[in-house]
Amino acid sequence: MTAPRRAVAEPAAVRVALVAVALVFVALFLVVPLAAVFAQALEKGARAYVAAVSEPEAASAVRLTLLTAAVAVPLNLLFGLAAAWATSRFEFPGRGVLLTLIDLPFAVSPVISGMVFILLFGRQGLLGPWLAAHDLRVVFAVPGMVLATVFVTFPFVARELIPVMQATGTEEEEAARVLGASGLQIFWRVTLPNVKWGLLYGLILCNARAMGEFGAVSVVSGHIRGVTNTLPLHVEILYNEYQFQAAFACASLLALLAVGTLVVKSLVEWRGRAALRQAAE
Amino acid sequence: MSIEVRSVTKAFGGFVAVRDVTLTVGAGELLALLGPSGSGKTTLLRIMAGLEEPDAGQVLLHGQDATEADVRRRRVGFVFQHYALFRNLSVFENVAFGLRVRPRAARPPEREIRDRVMSLLRLVQLEAMADRRPAALSGGQRQRVALARALAVEPRVLLLDEPFGSLDARVRAELRRWLRRLHDEIHLTSVFVTHDQEEALEVADRVVVMDEGRIEQIGTPEEVFERPATPFVTSFLGRVNVFHGRVEAGRALLGPLSVPYPEHPEPDPRPAAAYLRPHELELSREAGGDGFWATVRHVYPAGGSIRVELADDERRLLEVELPRQRQQEIGAAVGDRLYVRTQTVRVFVTAKETGTP
Repeated sequence: MTAPRRAVAEPAAVRVALVAVALVFVALFLVVPLAAVFAQALEKGARAYVAAVSEPEAASAVRLTLLTAAVAVPLNLLFGLAAAWATSRFEFPGRGVLLTLIDLPFAVSPVISGMVFILLFGRQGLLGPWLAAHDLRVVFAVPGMVLATVFVTFPFVARELIPVMQATGTEEEEAARVLGASGLQIFWRVTLPNVKWGLLYGLILCNARAMGEFGAVSVVSGHIRGVTNTLPLHVEILYNEYQFQAAFACASLLALLAVGTLVVKSLVEWRGRAALRQAAE
Repeated sequence: MSIEVRSVTKAFGGFVAVRDVTLTVGAGELLALLGPSGSGKTTLLRIMAGLEEPDAGQVLLHGQDATEADVRRRRVGFVFQHYALFRNLSVFENVAFGLRVRPRAARPPEREIRDRVMSLLRLVQLEAMADRRPAALSGGQRQRVALARALAVEPRVLLLDEPFGSLDARVRAELRRWLRRLHDEIHLTSVFVTHDQEEALEVADRVVVMDEGRIEQIGTPEEVFERPATPFVTSFLGRVNVFHGRVEAGRALLGPLSVPYPEHPEPDPRPAAAYLRPHELELSREAGGDGFWATVRHVYPAGGSIRVELADDERRLLEVELPRQRQQEIGAAVGDRLYVRTQTVRVFVTAKETGTP
């Protein structure tokens, strides 16, 4: 195979330098820290590693992390589909505002996202007295953690879907309608297959963030061990208590999750491209 | 089945796309909606289909008011300009779609679906492509899949939006003749939208010429071409030379032309214009009949005929189209002075208050 002749051909030295800068940067800031995490985690051997990740508090943190993701991701899916559908298919008053507000959680610091829930549901908050009267706890309890996670992650699916849905347009859906399909049939047979790769990609990113979120969750958690600690919070506590090996062992779980997510994401992208290629052949 | 449109109006925001249009499409007829872009022809078609709701007026299908009827209940076949094939489904499944989404009670059994889809694919000559995805087909093939898909649900009328718009010239000519033959076989009431006058004149039983949301003229292809009702129709249907001037005291004085105009015997002048088709003008070396002298500026060979561009004594340009044989006889060359003889002169009084010309 011969390399295609490029319209913009840089001298070899420039190309080598650019590639080298990129590679060194990736090595320095991504590979080395990641390796360090695993090195530290396994410092005292596999047995200590297993013990650190399976002790009750760590196990509880894993469970809570999975729970928040299990709630946040489906909600995100619903919201993302609804928002993308509405903004790409209809003109309505407030459409521009909605499109801007979707990005809000990206724009504000996660700490502020957490504070918002304290101000709303905390003891001195707006709804605090009513919640106390009904013996409901939101802040410093699991519901608050879930709420904060949902808030922080809600742009992910919508952001991925909106451009895809805008690009596919409405003609196929109109065609389906003329052919007699109901709204639900149009959604399952036409809309969803056309956006599935974008949707899956959004869900993967959303899941990664839901499991890894620290700031917002930290503010509303109250750090009650074994009750309101997710994995990232658990790592922080261990670290502050100088249990470095245990901290890194738990951190390695999160790192593994990140690596796993990247692998799945690449697979999805690869499958999506393959599907496109197959369609074109 | 007939389609009746009664005083339909539709606006998008401040833009009025269709203004008070009334139109009847006879059962079994093939009708063309012809007009430039923005003339409201596609909107009118979408209103017939039920894809747009009119702001005012009614749509009747087979004599029954369908204005409020949902698209799903109208049983219309619609072919979209860009085909709108389902990209994730095979050609076969695209055609089968309308049958598969029916409620269980009305859905034909699998065998019947298979038979019907395959016979439609035979009809559009795409049997061999049944398993392909739409992306793997050429434009003309996609168009035929779209047509088969629309026909699969046994529609009562067939509506086509710029059906040949995005095809190259050769495929387009082939496909429109094929559509005409298909229509002659199945006699399905059909309406198609086009901006190509040649296409409309060649294929349709009747042509509806639209401009700025209004119907300018309805008639057979001969009628609209030979006897255009308005200046717009004249200039839209083919090339035309326009001479501006006036009518007064029973004559029309239009640029180099002076012809009788008995419709306006009064002495007060009114602005008017003459519309002359290039092929309706004759060139000769000697004077005779209504006409004027002009000088040849360019000679363009245009396939079977020759286009000659001339300028009259006041440097007004005009174009004459000659059969190749006639050019061999007179040998028009740049700089020659030739006599331009007119046969039919269409005069339109342009002042609005006089109404129809």
